[in-house]
Amino acid sequence: MVMLNKPARVFGALGFAAAIALVGCGQKDDAPPTKGGPVSLRRLTEPEYRQIIADVFGTTIKVPGRFQPDTRDNGLIAVGTSRESVAGTGFEQYDLTARGIAAQVIDDAHRATLIPCTPANAKEKDDACATQFIARTGRLLFRRPLTKDELANQVKDAGDTATKLGNFYSGIELSVAGMLVSPQFLFRQEASVADSDNAGQRKLDAYSKASRLSFFLWDTSPDLDLLDAAEKGELDTDAGIAKQVDRMVTSPRLAGGVRAFFSDMLGFDGFAALQKDPTIYPKYGSAVAVDAQEQTLRTVADLLVTNNGDYRDIFTTRKTYLTRLLGSVYAVPVAVPTGWESHTYPEGDPRAGILTQVSFVALHSHPGRSSPTIRGKALREVFLCQKVPDPPGNVNFALVQDTKNPAFHTARARLGAHINQPTCAGCHKIMDPVGLAMENFDSAGGFRSTENSSPIVTSGEIDGMKFDDVLGFTKVIHDHPQAPVCLVNRIYAFGTGRASSKDEAEWLNYQVKQFAASGYKVPELMRRIASSKAFYRISTPGTEANNASLSMAGTGSQKEATK
Amino acid sequence: MSVMMNTSRRNLLRGVMGGAAVTVGLPFLDCFLNTNGTALASGAPLPTAFSTFFWGCGLNPGRWEPAKTGAGYDMNIETAALAPFKSRINTISGMKVFLDGKGARPHFTGEMAILTGDVPREQPNYASLDSIVADTIGTRTRFRSLEVTGTGKATDSLSRRSASVTNPAEISPAALYTRVFGADFRDPNSADFKPDPRVMVRRSVLSGVTEQREALLKQVGANDRQRLDEYFTAVRQLEQQLDLQLQKPEPLAACSPSAQPTDAEIGTEIDSVVANHKLFAQILAHAVACDQTHVTNIVFGEATSPLRKAGTAMTHHIYTHEEPMDPKLGYQPNATYFMGRIVESLAFYLATLDSIKEGDHTLLDRTMMLAHSETGFAKIHALENIPMFICGGCNGKMKTGQHLKLDGEPVTRVGLTIQQSLGVPVEAWGTMSLNTSKPLSELMV
Repeated sequence: MVMLNKPARVFGALGFAAAIALVGCGQKDDAPPTKGGPVSLRRLTEPEYRQIIADVFGTTIKVPGRFQPDTRDNGLIAVGTSRESVAGTGFEQYDLTARGIAAQVIDDAHRATLIPCTPANAKEKDDACATQFIARTGRLLFRRPLTKDELANQVKDAGDTATKLGNFYSGIELSVAGMLVSPQFLFRQEASVADSDNAGQRKLDAYSKASRLSFFLWDTSPDLDLLDAAEKGELDTDAGIAKQVDRMVTSPRLAGGVRAFFSDMLGFDGFAALQKDPTIYPKYGSAVAVDAQEQTLRTVADLLVTNNGDYRDIFTTRKTYLTRLLGSVYAVPVAVPTGWESHTYPEGDPRAGILTQVSFVALHSHPGRSSPTIRGKALREVFLCQKVPDPPGNVNFALVQDTKNPAFHTARARLGAHINQPTCAGCHKIMDPVGLAMENFDSAGGFRSTENSSPIVTSGEIDGMKFDDVLGFTKVIHDHPQAPVCLVNRIYAFGTGRASSKDEAEWLNYQVKQFAASGYKVPELMRRIASSKAFYRISTPGTEANNASLSMAGTGSQKEATK
Repeated sequence: MSVMMNTSRRNLLRGVMGGAAVTVGLPFLDCFLNTNGTALASGAPLPTAFSTFFWGCGLNPGRWEPAKTGAGYDMNIETAALAPFKSRINTISGMKVFLDGKGARPHFTGEMAILTGDVPREQPNYASLDSIVADTIGTRTRFRSLEVTGTGKATDSLSRRSASVTNPAEISPAALYTRVFGADFRDPNSADFKPDPRVMVRRSVLSGVTEQREALLKQVGANDRQRLDEYFTAVRQLEQQLDLQLQKPEPLAACSPSAQPTDAEIGTEIDSVVANHKLFAQILAHAVACDQTHVTNIVFGEATSPLRKAGTAMTHHIYTHEEPMDPKLGYQPNATYFMGRIVESLAFYLATLDSIKEGDHTLLDRTMMLAHSETGFAKIHALENIPMFICGGCNGKMKTGQHLKLDGEPVTRVGLTIQQSLGVPVEAWGTMSLNTSKPLSELMV
């Protein structure tokens, strides 16, 4: 911990400037070499789908229906998308959603703005106008230009429909609905090309690069500027990539990418099914759940993007944002009747950092009571990337109970019973002390100092670092050497859609050092990753763009990477 | 009906636009080779329906297994609610899960072993039993299968087509009703039938997608090819749904959909869960009676049973671990309360199926339902003596009314028996020590 901290402070400013210069000039990437990973086929997540629709058709288009749930792998939905496919039920929903969107695109409120031309006669087909619309929209939805055949087929079908139904716009509707259920839209299919600078190596092709960049930094598909850059071959050079990365990292839309990453890493999809008993926690409800997630994302985006702050401060920052609804949970007066208000907790207040917010303590609790074990496990897995083993089978839980004294007043007393038992202690000693530090927060995130009228003790020790209370605990996590290591690993996995491979360990260590040297600045970390060769390097003979031939050699390492 | 081989999108479009007859341009699909309608009209027996009913945290050992083995047994205390159907229930006790040195993942290992024949280290590796069965008995219906979960999470579905595809579950009875009996439902007993041109347009959109299958599969590696192929399978299922909407369905006397339901609060509070289960049971029963599907899957409550009484901090799952054994009763009374509600809910489902009369028989008579939990004794995550029942008359494809006490036998023998009795061509099933080629011969007909 000390080893990492000190150099960071000394070299902070210098390292930051140097890193910018290095990448900004498009100079050589001097990070350790890597072998890269497989090309990926990733199903769009629900947030990505929604963001794309908003970007391509505007925010007034409603996205109706439900989505097939995303699954998590190696701590991230972004990684889970590389092994997901579509179930029959899921496809039914995609179809429903696509038809709902297509109907809006051609309705009276939208057709004038979304369709760039007017047909000569709205009751007949107009191939020229249809071509214009389909080529433009298809390029945005497929994240590459449509092939000649794709475009011709679409225009022909739109024309046939228009002719027979006597409505030009019915043909357009058919096209939009078709593109939105097509695999080219629903899956991000990458392709690789030979790396001309490095004989024998491969890298992503330009459009795959554009997609990786855009989903990583902005959580959406490439915009026209980025697609143009790909088309012109600009993404084939380091300087061209650096130019786009610079544009994107300095754009306000970077906050979207940072929010998407944290929303994924923090497991906010879990809120969809989170329940609290309304009798015990009358203040908790779905509106609180929505605000709680937004509170944390605002806290994080404000600190890391707006103020370019130190990543580790997310665990200790006293500044946050509240709505009046959240104010009632936190017992803090909020002046604005609607919307958000900045709030800074006074020094010494136990609410500091995102671990003390509703979005963490409520998400990792039982419906009717807190759970130090679940919270401890979550903290280890989410922020420190440590895997807590599953409990063994055929455990005798009688050890946890004393039938003669069934009333343990506090969680510490209850858990103390099995932390003293060798079969349980191995794992519980790495979870429970962490979770017990947060026991001042009940299952719904409210503050309490007693449980069943016994005082709650929150002192403890984690990985050799002692603390007296929850504030001390947040400082320990802030200084935990594993926290920035975990973030770098996760954010790289978020961008590549896979867990890192063994041969990337050295490269990741290098990135961790750079991250520390930059003062733990997340936008800078994202810039460095997005500008690196490792981010685009492909390990196996994958697919050529528009090339039908494929060797089977790639499959072995793909399996390896998904283990 | 006549079957045309030309599946091209252009043909379909021409069919639609020309206001052509129903048969024009319909693609060649299995369902048209031997439709249920024909089979029914010709007097052939109604198809077998397969169902699963899952609940978490087991039952109490010693309180659910019948005392007597073989036929003519009596239900024990915790399964008393099932007594009216005992002649149509096989109770299977004593079976276990073999770990082969792999770690047990509490509340996960058991359900995986029973439904996929495998103990995965991390993510599930294989298709689930219901999916395998659906590929044999469910290919000619509008829905290959229908899944519901009672405790509010779509991802708690245990039905999966493969390692990479889970069939997500409906959590809302109202949403399920709309999906099955909403605007897209063709009432088989309705007198007039006119194919909807909008359906034909939708059908042509999907044909445009499937036409690209070969080309796209060639572009990706083997792993991803399988995933893309699963996507195309999903597209085909929707195509098939639409095709069925373009045909006049055969009349089904027992098909009378219930009215649009209103959900109880979706969540984990036990009274609401039971109320929603009753709605689910009715909708699913009618979906089968109306031949919309042959396979239905109910997760009453997920494996780490989150059921709870309003206003209490404890869930069924937490009770099983933390509640002391009552020294007089010999069991955990609070945990046992939830088991009672679960078994009653299973009984309600059976009664619902039995209430739908089809000639001299009932829907329950042609149903084969695997009802099971994932642990033999939740308190210790026991992987032995897991409660398993095969309910329903099984359409004559299995003997019924037996208690089989099979101590130490692999749970996969049940899955193998179900597959073989339903005509799945399989010799052996399961991985490592769970692999078995021995069906339950006592039940085979």
